[in-house]
Amino acid sequence: MTEPILRTESLTRRFGGLVAVNDVTFTVEAREVHAIIGPNGAGKSTMVNLLSGHLVPSSGRVIFKGRDITGMSANRVSRIGIGRSFQRTNIFPSFSCLENCQLAAQSRLGHSFRFFRRASSYRRVVALAEKGLEMCGLSHQAHTRASAMSYGEQRQLEIGMVLATNPEFLVLDEPMAGMGREESHHVVELLRELGTEYPLVLVEHDMDAVFSIAHRLTVMVNGEVIASGPLDSVRQDPAVQEAYLGDGEEDA
Amino acid sequence: MHSVSRPIQILLVLLSALLLLYPLFGEALAGNAYDYWLQKMTTVMILAILAVSLDLLVGVAGMVSIAHAAFFGLAGYTVVLVAPEWEPGNLWILLPAALVIAALASLVMGLLIIRTSGIFFIMATIAFSQMIYYIFHDSDFAGGSDGAYLFSTPETMVMGRSLLDLGDRLTLFYVTLISLLLIYLLLRIVLRAPFGRVLIGIRENEQRVRALGYNPSFYKLSAFVIGGTIAGFAGVLSAIQYQYIDPSQVNWHLSAEVLVMVILGGLGSLYGPILGAFAFEGLHYTFSSFTRHWQLPMGIVVIVMVLMLPRGIAGGLEWLSERLGRRFEAPAPSARKPTEEHRAAEQHND
Repeated sequence: MTEPILRTESLTRRFGGLVAVNDVTFTVEAREVHAIIGPNGAGKSTMVNLLSGHLVPSSGRVIFKGRDITGMSANRVSRIGIGRSFQRTNIFPSFSCLENCQLAAQSRLGHSFRFFRRASSYRRVVALAEKGLEMCGLSHQAHTRASAMSYGEQRQLEIGMVLATNPEFLVLDEPMAGMGREESHHVVELLRELGTEYPLVLVEHDMDAVFSIAHRLTVMVNGEVIASGPLDSVRQDPAVQEAYLGDGEEDA
Repeated sequence: MHSVSRPIQILLVLLSALLLLYPLFGEALAGNAYDYWLQKMTTVMILAILAVSLDLLVGVAGMVSIAHAAFFGLAGYTVVLVAPEWEPGNLWILLPAALVIAALASLVMGLLIIRTSGIFFIMATIAFSQMIYYIFHDSDFAGGSDGAYLFSTPETMVMGRSLLDLGDRLTLFYVTLISLLLIYLLLRIVLRAPFGRVLIGIRENEQRVRALGYNPSFYKLSAFVIGGTIAGFAGVLSAIQYQYIDPSQVNWHLSAEVLVMVILGGLGSLYGPILGAFAFEGLHYTFSSFTRHWQLPMGIVVIVMVLMLPRGIAGGLEWLSERLGRRFEAPAPSARKPTEEHRAAEQHND
């Protein structure tokens, strides 16, 4: 078996007495869309933060492309190719869409201690930014101020910025959080497209979306993985049905 | 982005021209007070350099520093203390020495405090600047609370000839004005370059800047040192103008006054704080001409200004310039495509 692009080994994170993520071991293969689902408080967001370097695990390891990245800071994690989006919209509100993506792409210059040349004259940066905008479907809004856009479009921009950093691997934290039906339909299309180009970890509440996009599924409850594997087998798992899918409430 | 709308550009050019030409018509206008105003305006422009460099920290990168006078005063003290006592010093030694001291001090201070933010950052800057204040206030080597004199104006020798006589008031006026304009333009360029983008990004959303792969501390520290060095440059000009320095030049009161200039002028706009320095000093002059307690009416004006113009003078000017723009294009408002300047103006208004 080839080395998976990302795997965790007994990843654990405690906050005082609370164990938010407990002994999680899972793998993501190249060209795989891996969804993490679970009820509120299951530790999904903590998982995302552990993968992206925003939190340091209490114990366990994160291995990306065979390299141990446990404890690496968020900015370095971004540089080695893991792009992460946020659950709460996290953009630069006074920048235009293109400028948001340019600032994202500019991080690939190596460093930005460049004081004199206009930021918008770096061709590679602009190309990456425009690609990110195009992929997230906001090319027509390139010069719109980010804060003037609808919530759904801001969510798209959030993803566009991640793409503009030219990532090799995506970690998306509830990209459809708070969206209306129409808007989330749009994003599902986008995610499906991204799934063909990038390996990605998707944390999501929307079950319909997850089942239509993901190849593999990890179900978390109370910080622990109760099932992980191909979509169908996890869906049939009795523990999963009891804990999560069975009650039908989360399905909406 | 973050450039200045056309009407404001024109206004700024006109104001600069007015200053540039003051020595020509000043005598006719101000009569006996000409010389007084020449010196006064030199002082205000030095404060404006201090204010625009503070804006890089506070308005652009979101770091509220109350230590800016420390770098200003440290550089001034360096000039006074390094210059030989009985003959004119060499500016080409004094200036670099003062700038290096200001840069080093801001680097050391920055290294220790850059990871703090919000109120902790403010408190740390006050603490450090007061340490520097008391060093000068309580020790003898720099004259203690009496201050120290620069007995002769530094010379600007180039190949055996004096390039400029900085002791001449008119020359110093022009040197200060040109320095102010160059520093402003330089910072404007830096803001449009990748470095400036990252700084503005840090102000808007530091967490996201980090998630995009930048280490915000490096960029904030660099801005802190750049700002501190420019403040040091202003301190050198001030020491040359007054030929005297005392601990009040490193005191946090001066830092706070400059911060008020920045806020009055408009955070993050760069030209706003320059106008803010003129406004502040203008009000100071006006109020102190009829009361010793000029701080009282000044405080009231500042409060009213902040309530009515939360984005400062720059915000007010941008509002005006936008209305002006709309009037000219009134026939077809819907057909108006947002130009680069308009978008930038909107961004400023944030």
